Amino acid sequence: MTSLIEKHAPRTHDEKHRIRSKVQRREHLTGWLFVGPFGVVFLAFLIAPLAYALYLSLFQKKLIGGTSFVLFDNYVKAFTDPSFLSGAWFVVRFALIAIPVQIAVALAMALILDAVTSLFTRFSRLMIFLPYAIPTVIGAVMWGFLYSRSFGPLSDVFGLFGATAPDFLSSNLIFYGLLNIVTWQWAGYYMIILYAALQGIDPTLYEAARMDGAGRWQVARRIKIPLIAPALILILVFSLIGTLQFFNEPQFLRYLAAGTIGSDFTPNMYAYQQAFGLANFNYGSAISFALGGLVFICVYAFLFFTRKRRSFL
Amino acid sequence: MKTTRILATVAMLAAASGLVACSSDGGGSDASNCTNTITKQDLPVVTMWAWYPNMQLVVDNFNKLNDEVQVCWTNVGQGGDQYDKFQTAISAGTGAPDLVMVEMDRIPTFQIQNALVDISGYGLDAVRANYGEGAWKDVSVGDAVYGVPVDGGPLAMIYRKDIFDKYGITPPKTWAEYEQAAQKVKDAGGPLFGDLGANVPALMMALQIQKGAAPFTYDPAQPESIGVRLNDQASKDVLEYWGGLVRKGLVGTQDQFTPEYISGVINGNYATYISAAWAPGYLTGAGVGQGQDTGTFAVAPLPQWDPNNPVQVNWGGSAFSVTSQSKKPELAAKAAYGLYADEESLTDGWTNQIIFPLNLTALNNPEFVDLKVAFFDGQQANKDVYVPAANAYQGVVYSPFGQYYFDAMTKQISAMSAGSITGSQAADRLQEDVTKHATEQGFTVR
Repeated sequence: MTSLIEKHAPRTHDEKHRIRSKVQRREHLTGWLFVGPFGVVFLAFLIAPLAYALYLSLFQKKLIGGTSFVLFDNYVKAFTDPSFLSGAWFVVRFALIAIPVQIAVALAMALILDAVTSLFTRFSRLMIFLPYAIPTVIGAVMWGFLYSRSFGPLSDVFGLFGATAPDFLSSNLIFYGLLNIVTWQWAGYYMIILYAALQGIDPTLYEAARMDGAGRWQVARRIKIPLIAPALILILVFSLIGTLQFFNEPQFLRYLAAGTIGSDFTPNMYAYQQAFGLANFNYGSAISFALGGLVFICVYAFLFFTRKRRSFL
Repeated sequence: MKTTRILATVAMLAAASGLVACSSDGGGSDASNCTNTITKQDLPVVTMWAWYPNMQLVVDNFNKLNDEVQVCWTNVGQGGDQYDKFQTAISAGTGAPDLVMVEMDRIPTFQIQNALVDISGYGLDAVRANYGEGAWKDVSVGDAVYGVPVDGGPLAMIYRKDIFDKYGITPPKTWAEYEQAAQKVKDAGGPLFGDLGANVPALMMALQIQKGAAPFTYDPAQPESIGVRLNDQASKDVLEYWGGLVRKGLVGTQDQFTPEYISGVINGNYATYISAAWAPGYLTGAGVGQGQDTGTFAVAPLPQWDPNNPVQVNWGGSAFSVTSQSKKPELAAKAAYGLYADEESLTDGWTNQIIFPLNLTALNNPEFVDLKVAFFDGQQANKDVYVPAANAYQGVVYSPFGQYYFDAMTKQISAMSAGSITGSQAADRLQEDVTKHATEQGFTVR
């Protein structure tokens, strides 16, 4: 009997193990099946194109001489190409101005909507958010017409004061023209994120602060803003990535002002032009990857410097 | 369990094959997406991209008259938009239609990529006599012919009679007179005299050629060698001249073909419009010269540098080319010979100034020559201006990297208009930029 037990014990253990691993395997498989559809799409539409673009970027195709493997020559060219560098410098400069402006506007509106409760709060919230619901292409075209000096409203407004309207599509003012469009489009969206974060704050904190004698301004500055810092960082990262990949707005304003907005205005536009205008897919891919590197460095640096404050990134 | 797994696998495979199926259809070679309706269903069909405003009528006429092949036409965009799509199809090796409309200055750009078919082996001799020598030259690279000419773009000066009358000006015969007239209008508080659009580099190229510039020399027998002369004295002079007009506030710097520019033309913000013979049709389509503006426009020959040795130049003008992706090049060539070559289509084209026809049956037609053009208030524009200009046109050698050259030119004109560089500097930078590109593309620049 003992021997029997002794004989059996390990087998039982073995069997249990076998059963468990069978169950585990089955669970694994079920897991994979659930992830499967996503995985296929992810591989087919993100990883595979990325890999293919990387592969393309290592070649050079010449009109005379055909295609040859050049390793990183395209990247060397990109980082010495004045078109790419000036485009990259433009989006970095644009990010440095546009992001603080957008976030300041969004934060101010979120704080006001959070503090003031009236009949118009919901309506205002919807109105401020509305530009985000308009496709960027339509937004850009619409602003292009609003900026027009011959049939836009600007000339009428400035005409009232006897001044000539500024041309926001000229090379001097295009920066501000685009700044306005981007802020108009995105501030409402960021406002909603911040507003949601504000709504998540425990109201007892306000009560406690008020008992300690804090005014509205102090509550906003000392309690609300620090508590929504993670949301602020989130939208900063969103806007940083979005701005560095600037494409839609300038690309469509280009139909109205091709002289001001060159085909190499931003790195993404330059990549598009190289690939689809000049059939230089290899260099276009290299520019895209170089831009990806730039975005990564900027976002990483930003997250590194704000690492204490973030919670969900 | 097993059945579920099998089902899941099957479902996934089906999804994956669906993706594959998605990626392989579409494109220009698909004959089921025609804008026109093909009535003779049993005939073979060739596909085509073109953007002439009356193309629907042209295709319908062709299909009605032809019993051998039918054309399935779509408009995938005008000019640059279509070239981007065609270029992508060339790079992809699939997706191009059998026939494309191309402006003649783009033919070498596509030809060097082997994207176009030499049609001289497909019964070209039967239609050779229908077009002049100059027209054939513009669609040829060496001895090979890469398109059937349709329309030309002889340049002239369109002007507003009301503005000219108001300020007491007669049409300038030389560029010096053009500047003087501009100054006179400005001094009297009048509108701008013209416009230098950075987005129409092909026009600037034509104006430089008029002064004697020869931007490119290219012999297809030696495809790796190209001559690039973008900063010779003539090129610099013309850029300096226009840069000077901008600096003195005599002409605008508005991009052309934009709503802003068209509304400026309608408002009478520009006294002249240096443009090609197809411009009146384009302007009419955009709503210019209607209502109270009816009959305000007239046309005069292009101002000259040396009135004793006038030079006529061209802007635009298109051809129908057979693509090398076509599986029916012979049928496609036949369609190219017949499209826009029947009397009804041609007459519709020239009466509405959509095209300045290169087909000699139209060009030599007295009705065409003597036409009293409504847009020009009954002026016999063809007889007075466009036909002589077209007859004097000599043809040009275009570059095999037209898109790059035009982009680079746009950049320099824009910088010049902003006042940051002079015309000479613009020419020098353009030369440097294009030479660098040519070298990178493997050419030896002479």
